[in-house]
Amino acid sequence: MIQVVFDPSKVMDIDITKRTEYHAELDAARASRKVLKEVAFTPSLPDKGYTNRTLHVDVGSLAVAEKPVTQQMKDIFIGGRGFGLWYLWQAVTPQTRWNDPENEIVISSGPVGGITQYAGTGKSLVVTLSPQTEIPIDSNVGGYFGPLLKFSGFDALELQGKAERDLILFIDGQKGLIRFEELPDAPVDSHVLGEVLTRLYAENEADLVNISVVSTGAAADHSLIGMLNFSWFDKRRGCVRFKQAGRGGIGTVFRDKRLRALVCRGPQVKGDLNHPADFETLAKIGVKYHKEIRENDPHQCMMRRNGTAHIVEIMDAYDLLPVHNFQYGSHPETHKIDSAYWQSRCAQQTVDGCWYGCSMACAKGADGLVLKTGPYQGHMVTVDGPEYENAAGLGSNCGVFDPDDLLELNFYCDTYGICTITWGTVCAFIMECYQRGILNLERTGGLDLSWGNAKADLEMMHQMARGEGFGRIAGLGVKRMKALFIANGWGDPQLINDIGMENKGLEYSQYLSKESLAQQGGYALTNKGPQHDEAWLIFMDMVNKQLPTFEDKAEALYYFPLFRTWFGLNGFCKLPWNDVVPKGNAQQPEPHKIPEHVQNYVDLFSATTGVKIDKEELINQSARVYNFQRVFNIRMGKGLRQHDAAPYRSLGPVTEEEYLSRQERYDGQLRTELSLDPDAMTLQEKMAAHRQWRTGRFEKLMDVVYARRGWTRDGVPTYARLKELGIDFPEVLEVVRPLLGDPA
Amino acid sequence: MIRVNGDPLDWREGLTVQGILEARNYRFPLIIVTVNGQVIAKPDYGTTRVPEGAEVQVLHLISGG
Ligand code: SF4
Repeated sequence: MIQVVFDPSKVMDIDITKRTEYHAELDAARASRKVLKEVAFTPSLPDKGYTNRTLHVDVGSLAVAEKPVTQQMKDIFIGGRGFGLWYLWQAVTPQTRWNDPENEIVISSGPVGGITQYAGTGKSLVVTLSPQTEIPIDSNVGGYFGPLLKFSGFDALELQGKAERDLILFIDGQKGLIRFEELPDAPVDSHVLGEVLTRLYAENEADLVNISVVSTGAAADHSLIGMLNFSWFDKRRGCVRFKQAGRGGIGTVFRDKRLRALVCRGPQVKGDLNHPADFETLAKIGVKYHKEIRENDPHQCMMRRNGTAHIVEIMDAYDLLPVHNFQYGSHPETHKIDSAYWQSRCAQQTVDGCWYGCSMACAKGADGLVLKTGPYQGHMVTVDGPEYENAAGLGSNCGVFDPDDLLELNFYCDTYGICTITWGTVCAFIMECYQRGILNLERTGGLDLSWGNAKADLEMMHQMARGEGFGRIAGLGVKRMKALFIANGWGDPQLINDIGMENKGLEYSQYLSKESLAQQGGYALTNKGPQHDEAWLIFMDMVNKQLPTFEDKAEALYYFPLFRTWFGLNGFCKLPWNDVVPKGNAQQPEPHKIPEHVQNYVDLFSATTGVKIDKEELINQSARVYNFQRVFNIRMGKGLRQHDAAPYRSLGPVTEEEYLSRQERYDGQLRTELSLDPDAMTLQEKMAAHRQWRTGRFEKLMDVVYARRGWTRDGVPTYARLKELGIDFPEVLEVVRPLLGDPA
Repeated sequence: MIRVNGDPLDWREGLTVQGILEARNYRFPLIIVTVNGQVIAKPDYGTTRVPEGAEVQVLHLISGG
């Protein structure tokens, strides 16, 4: 391995050819390679977006089987997340736990996935029973794996069973081979493993771009919060890059199955591999959209330049940036990690797309980071991102404002296989517990987890990767830490529950929802837990005041989660929908929905599959899957009103400091909303009045949202709704019958 | 006085759309501004004067990760 000395003064002028290379690791892996079993299959390309078959792999018995994709699957579940949920439903029973062999990891792209004419079309959807929430989790991830799998011949891959020893599954879509291999001397962490496996399985330099590796890292072995890295080979940089299927512990399930990596070698990607029904229409919509990006993005979000990190300073300006475990919404040091800094730190000379044809190209890379800690100390690496979530979660939410610390945290999260969003919220919770004396040096085994102590944060992460010390406790996630701290008698149970930012067992993503009732619902009234990919309504609600009534909020919490679910059925990235807007959008009715782009999606689906849909049917497609997922949650013993409960920190001010930091706003609300006189009240009385008001209106929001969604007061989809959607299968009705009674 | 997204804001002679955005610290790039229902084009923010009593809507499009 080549070591380099890094001069930070040259940070803007980095020689990326000096990145640490892993030749010795490649040689060792190659030498230890052992093929356990090889099975032939006939590669095929999709027809109108579907290959019409999927691949089931039992990693325990090394059995492989092809399954046909039925018309019913296409009609009801479309693809991607829909296929994942449908297969998972059949694989598990209500008694199945995440670490039972029956649990599956399902990876599927979706019918439109892999087209190269439009931006953001290379996503894979990953579904499994989550170790954190014990219900299905779905994750939408870039990188090349899903499309290459489809272009090899499979609309989805089901992974079931448990291997006895660490296993590599190689799917060669060029030669029509599926191989189970052992590589005992392969590296463990993703940035080395991805690089090594890409070079091991590519037949020559030109073949590198046809390889995608799915892997995780050492921390997934010792925590419940492991994620999966999906790779692609970045030709311009000459290295492997990654996108992450982060939420819910999918990487933990992967390692529990003793999977070390999946490798897909697909055919060389061309623009027509999906064999769409109407190629000209795809090309026409694509040309229009790319022009829009070129002309509008430089004056709008500058996604091509800054990636999603462009909103760091915006969230700060709107008091929405999570600071110190979601206590506050802005911080005087935010400028150190804002987009101006990342603009200079991330390479601008390359088009950073995570799939072919993405003109939004937001997948930024920061080159030339020399690591200061851990097993890779002294290595020069390229870090993906940081994206907004990483800057906010690992940064401001933990009080870390040194950008190189932030990049190092980001790097280790990625290579160890930990979700950055989850780690941000986990660490922020731990740091607040430390601030409030719930934790101390003795309880953390000597880690001083004060706000902003990145060194201790990193050490905790290294411990987790080694399966040691307090890091192992952190890897349990917020929900289980809360239970542990309470059981140990380390603090006031109510305080611990109030400040632990999780719902359903999943940690909150990185936006402050306290001042937006609609976003409180957008986080808590979700299928998988508080991830903003279902609904991001803060501006509409809090800033624009477009949702003044409960009914308005409920309508938004009906439409947006369904609209955004649709991306995951088809292999789309959400960002090109609304991080740029067409000229003339302002004059459209409902401009916040970006109607022209919604029409693009309708047309892309119709042109690919040949099935004509309209905007209404787009929503109905999602509604079928969304409601099916809700019933799935109920089947697993969750999915009811009690499971949608939100921690009070997400609804209002928990502590006196929080109240006082926004006293004017909170006192004003007591006057206008509750007709109380704050001048005549103690601080405790004011906080108690707020708590009663805020929890009361959240309960009311639940009532109105459930009614709009066609659910009972307990959150169960009604018979009428299930029938209307055409998902009233006997096994679905069997789940809801004990809660709804016999149908009338 | 004018109303911006339903909330009161002090009016002064010569107040422009740009002035309102600065007063409110509205820095998000994807916005649509209407003054009394009329959409104002972005290049005109600095020159469009807002009359006393106006209803101003600054619509932030969604964005977010
Ligand atoms: S917008 Fe960004 S995340 Fe989405 S597909 Fe394009 S490069 Fe990937």
